[in-house]
Amino acid sequence: MSLLIKNGQIIDPANKISGLFDLLIEDGKIKEIGKELQGDDILDATGCIVSPGLVDIHCHFREPGFESKETIATGSQAAARGGVTTVVTMANTNPPIDNAGLVELVIRRAREEACIQVCPAACATKDMHGSEITEMADLKAAGAVAVTDDGKDISSSLVMRHALDYAGMVGLPFLSHSEDETLAAGGAMNEGYCATLMGLPGIPKVAEDIRTDRNIRLAELTGAHIHIQHVSTAASVEIIRLAKKRGARVTAESAPHYFSLTDEATLNFNTNAKMNPPLREQEDVEAIIEGLKDGTLDCIATDHAPHTQTEKRVEFQMAPFGITGLETSLALTMTYLVHPGHVSLEKAVELLCLGGAQVCNLDAGTLTPGACADVAVFDPQEEWTVLSEDFASRSTNSPFIDQTLKGRVRHTICKGKIIYSAP
Amino acid sequence: MEQAAPTFWTKKDLIGIRELSRGEIELILDTAPQFLAVSKRISRIKRVPLLQGRLVVNWFHEPSTRTRTSFELAAKRLSADTLSMTASSSSHVKGETLHDTLANIEAMHADIIVLRHSCAGAPHMLAADHSSHIINAGDGRHEHPTQALLDAFTMRLALRENSANKDATLDGVNVALIGDVEHSRVARSNIFALTKLGAKVTVCGPVALLPAQVEKLGVRATTSLKEALCDADFIYALRIQRERQGKGLFPSLREYVKLFRIDRDSLRFAPDHALVLHPGPINRDLELSTEIADGSRSLVLQQVTNGVAIRMAVMHLLANSQSRQL
Repeated sequence: MSLLIKNGQIIDPANKISGLFDLLIEDGKIKEIGKELQGDDILDATGCIVSPGLVDIHCHFREPGFESKETIATGSQAAARGGVTTVVTMANTNPPIDNAGLVELVIRRAREEACIQVCPAACATKDMHGSEITEMADLKAAGAVAVTDDGKDISSSLVMRHALDYAGMVGLPFLSHSEDETLAAGGAMNEGYCATLMGLPGIPKVAEDIRTDRNIRLAELTGAHIHIQHVSTAASVEIIRLAKKRGARVTAESAPHYFSLTDEATLNFNTNAKMNPPLREQEDVEAIIEGLKDGTLDCIATDHAPHTQTEKRVEFQMAPFGITGLETSLALTMTYLVHPGHVSLEKAVELLCLGGAQVCNLDAGTLTPGACADVAVFDPQEEWTVLSEDFASRSTNSPFIDQTLKGRVRHTICKGKIIYSAP
Repeated sequence: MEQAAPTFWTKKDLIGIRELSRGEIELILDTAPQFLAVSKRISRIKRVPLLQGRLVVNWFHEPSTRTRTSFELAAKRLSADTLSMTASSSSHVKGETLHDTLANIEAMHADIIVLRHSCAGAPHMLAADHSSHIINAGDGRHEHPTQALLDAFTMRLALRENSANKDATLDGVNVALIGDVEHSRVARSNIFALTKLGAKVTVCGPVALLPAQVEKLGVRATTSLKEALCDADFIYALRIQRERQGKGLFPSLREYVKLFRIDRDSLRFAPDHALVLHPGPINRDLELSTEIADGSRSLVLQQVTNGVAIRMAVMHLLANSQSRQL
């Protein structure tokens, strides 16, 4: 059986393709891109972009341990709604993914339950305590694609050095949550005018910046590949830009909320706008956009962090950090990066698909013949309103609910199978 | 530009001063004198029936003596039924959420909820989802609106009593807030209220106790007490919480006293007519010397007296404005 996607604009940055072609899928693989192709089933993509399935290398699927927030099954359905066909899941579950057995558990659960490709990241230190490094060779052999203590940084510079040394030796990227926990302690939002207005304890930008710098410098010392997660400040963008100039093995991501919102979104004590790092200020939003444009930031990743309504419907300081992102990342990228003219459609697809795949060395993010047929078909012009009842995620903690966005996923195809079609 | 105060109150709740217009603040200040008169009645019947049959719940999640007593007295002088709840006596200790606790109180037909809570935004969160009138009696370091209203009322009354102008306003009056501005809801609400009323506000304290970008609130910020006091008509000493020093925000209480205490020596920097306020409870001889606290320039006990009248005015406006509009 073959599936032919006709009349769409194919964008495949890895192969520098952007144009009106047909895409033929056969036996779950990309067969051919060309004109006037023939296939058994036809999917008409008139007016749509046909891109590789999105790759989101920063997701919390919460399983095992926090299944009331999200599961591998519901998280992957949320991904499918967002055009995402490959995710890297974070390791701060309960228990944390710090041994090979747990990596295998996630992979097995994904095989049983997930409609997309789920690639687990594993802990960099045992129990995420930041004191003893994990058996990274074992983790890699079990299928972990990266190591990370995401959710927190490793406070000891010495342990961080050892973790990077070892990650470099076994050839796993280190996904770094860069945050000085003493400067950030007790903070609930960005330190600045809005926090002053609201009387909330602030998290200064420098708490992120000094650790971004420290962690990159330790990676340079060890030769390891470090990937800076959820970059939110102008200074961190600049630190990464300079590090890349001097040849450091550093990559970086930012999330859609950091290029679309500022800390003003929290002014009504909206706990769905509370995440870590916190929403910053306009100058930071502009710097993030600039960093995405000039290649300082390699990819867009959502930090999809589901929490239940019960957990979020509390006093702002008591609410957990994090928002969901999988179902809105493509639309936010179109609305805030492409339509205002900051980046081309081709660049957007590169940031959403190829960039993350390259960071974690994943076999994804391209439409190269022979590659796994993971495809997103989206209409960049279609407007839709984000409604909580439409979420496939088990949680609805998104600051974008009730907002109208421009750019909508029409179909998501994973391994040649249509796993989602918009109504 | 002088705006006339609106004739009627229209808001369901009193959450913060930031949401109020100058007219709304003045409506509360102008409503208070009649209630001040009730408290000072020679007949000794210090009670009016404006909230007869209504239930006021004083829900104090954080310890408080002055504010809780003041609200309770205000409710009683309006003839309301009152109920007190603390965090330890509420279901909070059993893990109940704030929303659920309030829903249960409302199921018993409470009319006004007076909430003190250690988290900024707690009353804001409840007001949005519940139908009773919520009065913020202090939320974290965010706001303490009735304190700022009673402070503004006290300053305005002092101006009117000390000058020939019985309609004096705070326009152009200089107010210096001294001490821990960062952790103070009293300071935030006072900044919002005083700037809306036309006063010029200066904040002064150790640098770690001044909030980020505080100047954007329309105030002058300085770490020099001399500079803060030089043109002050009113000096507002904020309470220093001793545990702040334990966190290393300033080196010692001794040095704080040397640099920032309001006492006879530092008052030499201020004009002779400058009067002193404090929200209480006072750390005697720490932020305010005993001599000044108990002296003729102190408005501290007038603040307490006026507090009851302001809270009566607020409860009356919230609970009775809808029926007045009909």
